[in-house]
Order: sequence, then C-alpha cells, then structure tokens
Amino acid sequence: MDRLLELGPEFWAAAGETLYMVALTMLFGGAGGFLLGLGLYATRRGGLLPNAVVNNVLNVVINFFRPIPFIIFIAAVQPLTRAVIGVGIGTDAAIFALSLAAAFAIGRIVEQNLLTVRPGVIEAARSMGAGPWRILRTVVVPEALGPLILGYTFIVIAVIDMSAMAGLIGGGGLGYFAQLYGFRQFEPVVTWAAVLLIVVFVQVVQYVGNWLARRVLRR
Amino acid sequence: MALVTLEHVSKSYPASGRTAELVTAVDDVSLEIDAGDVYGIIGYSGAGKSTLVRLVNALEPATSGSIRIDGREITGLRERELRGIRLGIGMVFQQFELFDAKTVRGNVAYPLKVAGWRTADIRARVDELLAFVGLTDKAGARPDELSGGQKQRVGIARALATRPRILLADEATSALDPETTQEVLALLKRVNEEQGVTIIVITHEMDVIHSIATKVAVMDRGRVIEHGDVFDVFSSPRHPSSQRFVGTVIKGVPSPAELAVLRERHEGRIVTCSFRDGDASQARVFLDLAEAGLEFELVYGGINDIRGRAFGHLTLAVRGDEAAIDRALAAVARHTDVTEVR
Repeated sequence: MDRLLELGPEFWAAAGETLYMVALTMLFGGAGGFLLGLGLYATRRGGLLPNAVVNNVLNVVINFFRPIPFIIFIAAVQPLTRAVIGVGIGTDAAIFALSLAAAFAIGRIVEQNLLTVRPGVIEAARSMGAGPWRILRTVVVPEALGPLILGYTFIVIAVIDMSAMAGLIGGGGLGYFAQLYGFRQFEPVVTWAAVLLIVVFVQVVQYVGNWLARRVLRR
Repeated sequence: MALVTLEHVSKSYPASGRTAELVTAVDDVSLEIDAGDVYGIIGYSGAGKSTLVRLVNALEPATSGSIRIDGREITGLRERELRGIRLGIGMVFQQFELFDAKTVRGNVAYPLKVAGWRTADIRARVDELLAFVGLTDKAGARPDELSGGQKQRVGIARALATRPRILLADEATSALDPETTQEVLALLKRVNEEQGVTIIVITHEMDVIHSIATKVAVMDRGRVIEHGDVFDVFSSPRHPSSQRFVGTVIKGVPSPAELAVLRERHEGRIVTCSFRDGDASQARVFLDLAEAGLEFELVYGGINDIRGRAFGHLTLAVRGDEAAIDRALAAVARHTDVTEVR
C-alpha cells in the first residue's frame, strides 16, 4: 500500500495516458471505422451503391487485419507507424497502431448495425425520390443510431483493453504501469489499483453509452 | 390519354442458387390507368402484384415492355432522372415503413426536403397534411407511440406531401384490423375524391376492391387474367381465379357442397337467377312463377351494390307441376339469366 502511495504521481500520469490514448483512438479509429463500415454497407450486393470490387477489397483487407492479435499487430505495423508518425515508439505511435486496429473492428460493427435498418424504410425513401447518398446520411445512419452507440461503447471498452499493450512500444498507460510496478516488482496492491481504475473507466463508459442509446431510442 | 400505361411489361429475376433460370414475376402485362381512377390490382401472394406496382415508380426496372407515366416513357431512364419521376408518385406500404428516428412531422417533411422545398413552405404543407389526415396533435410524436391506423395515416400524409398525381398503395391495409382498415380506406377515398389523386391499390382482399376501387385487374402467376370495371368483374367474373376472389365477398352461385346441403333442406327444383342493373327486375321473375301457380322460396344468394349499381344471384327452390315449372322457367328466361342447378 505504501508503495502505491509512493507511486501516486506515476499512477495518475498512467491513467491520463490511457484516457488520452483511448480518446484519440476513438476519434481517428472511430472515424476511419465509420467510413469503412459505411463503405462495406453501401457497396454490398443489393445495397445503395453496389460495387463488387470495392466491397471485396474492403472485406479482404478487414478480414486480413482483424484476426491479428493486437500485441503482434502493434509490432508488425511499426514500419508503417514510423513512416506516418515519424517515430515507431511512444504514445503517439501507440495511438496510430490502436486507431488502425480499432478501425477494422469498428468497420465490421458499423456494417452490422447499419444492416439492422429495415430495407422497407430505404425503399420508402427511394420512392420519395431520395438518392443513395442522401439516404445513407438522412435515413440509414439516423435509423441505426441507437445500435451504433452501443456498438461504439463496446469498442471503447475493447480499446481500453488493447491500450494496455501499448507499453510494448513505450506507449505508457495503466496496463504498462501495472506490468512495470505491480507484476514485475511483486506488488499485487499496485496491480489491483490499476485494475480497479480500469474497471471504473469501463463502468463509466458503459453507463454513458447505455444512457445515450436509451435517449436516442427513447425506450 | 391514360395517366399510366403499361404495354407488354415483363419482369424477371435470376432464381436463387447458381442456376441460370429466371423467375418471371410479371409476365406480359398491359394495363391503362386513367386519371382519377382507383385502380385495384388483386391476386394471391406471389402473383406478382407487388413487383408490378414497383415497376410503375421504377423502384424495380422492367425487363421488357413499355411504361409511360403521363405520356413519358420511364423504362431506360437513368436513376437520377427517375428520382424526379418518383417525386410525382407517392407510395404507402403494408408495414408503413415510417422513419422511427424521426417525429411524425419529420416523416411527413422528409419528401419535401428531398424535393428541395423551403423550410417555411415545408412547415405549412406538413400542417396542412396532418390536418387532412387528422393527426395535428401527433406532430411531435414518434412512430412507436402511434397505433397501426395512425401510422398508416402518417404514411399517407408522407406519400401525398409533394402533391403527387399518383398514389401507389401496396397492401396498405393488410396489417390493420377490420375497423381500422375501413378508416384507412375511407381516407384513401377522400384522397381520390377531394384531391383528385389517381390511386393504384394492391391487395389480396376483395373487400378492399369492393370498398374503393373503380377498376380492377386480377393477377395470377404474373399475368393479368381479367380486368375492367369493378362492377363487370364482380357481377360476371370469367376466370376461375377471379370467381374465387369474387366469391370471398359476394354470395353468388352455390358451390357443389353448398348445393348438396340445399337439396337436403329444400324440396323442389333449384334454379339460380342472375340480375344486373338494367335487366328485368326481380318482381318480373316472382310474378312469372306466381302466375304459373308455383310455390317457391329463396334459399341462397343476395343482392349487392357497387357504387350505386346493383347485381346479384338468387337461388330459388321451386315446387309444383313439372310441366308448369318448365313453362314458367322458359318465361323467366326470356328476360332474366336463369340456370337450373342440378
């Protein structure tokens, strides 16, 4: 317990790093994944902008990257990170890898949630003379908003989990903190303090997500 | 010139699976729908009527044939051009297909936004439409707060927003209970009569045709097997499939099974007289039988009224001297369509 108190400043810094990584990952990965999901949804056969080539390419890319365990992905993607961010290590490098991995996962989740929109309302919008882009923007996305919020909530929690591995490339965060000061130095209290804070983050995120989704769905 | 003209229109889809076979949903259909008509298209599910109506606003492209809306050929037009055509054709659906994420006002305003109306005009038009369908107080409600009948009224208001000349109703009352069905049909009738909108009604319920249609086409396996004035098709359906549909709402000629029951219950010879307006009256028939000194009773049938014109089939059991019956029936046959059912 004394050790934990001693590590107070490092602990809160690590918590801040986790929040920073998760927030920026959700910003970049969230936007990228949204576009990927929208693309998958719109270009599928019978979709609003059917295009077999684009759809196949998107599917292959997502299916290729998604199964790679993040701890391997973060290392494997390092050359690309270096090319884009300038450095291969550190928090920003970790955010790049996280965003990339999250985008592929989010792409699938967005696609699945958009598919819950009843084909009938899309047909209704078409019967009113609306074009495919307008339908995507003003019908499909608003109609799927509730499930989309829950999907994103699910992903935030997965990203918190993935961010624990950012320590591998010096990204910092609570996961790294627990490894370094708790696990390796035989301080279970330190480990558990990190775990508890992560649990608190997850609870808060889930609560906010549920609340937002309920407001949107009004149920 | 007809408002909607279909000439030899066919639509086929590739069958599911890997075969190269085609399923023909609409097979060589030719129809003319005049401005002001309430045109009913009736058929069992799978008869191709829902596909047919989607050819009219080009939600589905026709495989072959010609479709003209107000004289303008729409087959072969590009998607962008079709959007303009669709603004002039409203559509209501069996499952309403309201936008759940939008309010009632938002739903009705949607097609107006698509059409590029100004905000102030949209507001006024939505108010006018909600008043027309009697839902002014529900403007701020979400679709999931409405009953089925209210949802369909929103659907109708939404479909009429851009003042289309044509309204397509695809099984618009099939998801509603009988009372609400009548309410929605009455609204459609008002749309036709007060706003002069031509309505194409797709249904599998003859009741719907009976209530509001002026013309009817009967579809079976992708083909239109009979079409014409509702009165003509109802009073003398020619095709067996039409006869079955008419039989669901009109008590006409007894079926063989019903006939067997009638024979058990009633003595004498059983004859069916068919009446259409303009023909000789029932009184003449009864007089002929009475003058021959015959005893008769009404055992089956009824008189129906379709938009002010009457027709019907009356089945009588006639008793008396055989030769007298023969003479009387010959007299009846001179002015009325009479058949002896054996």
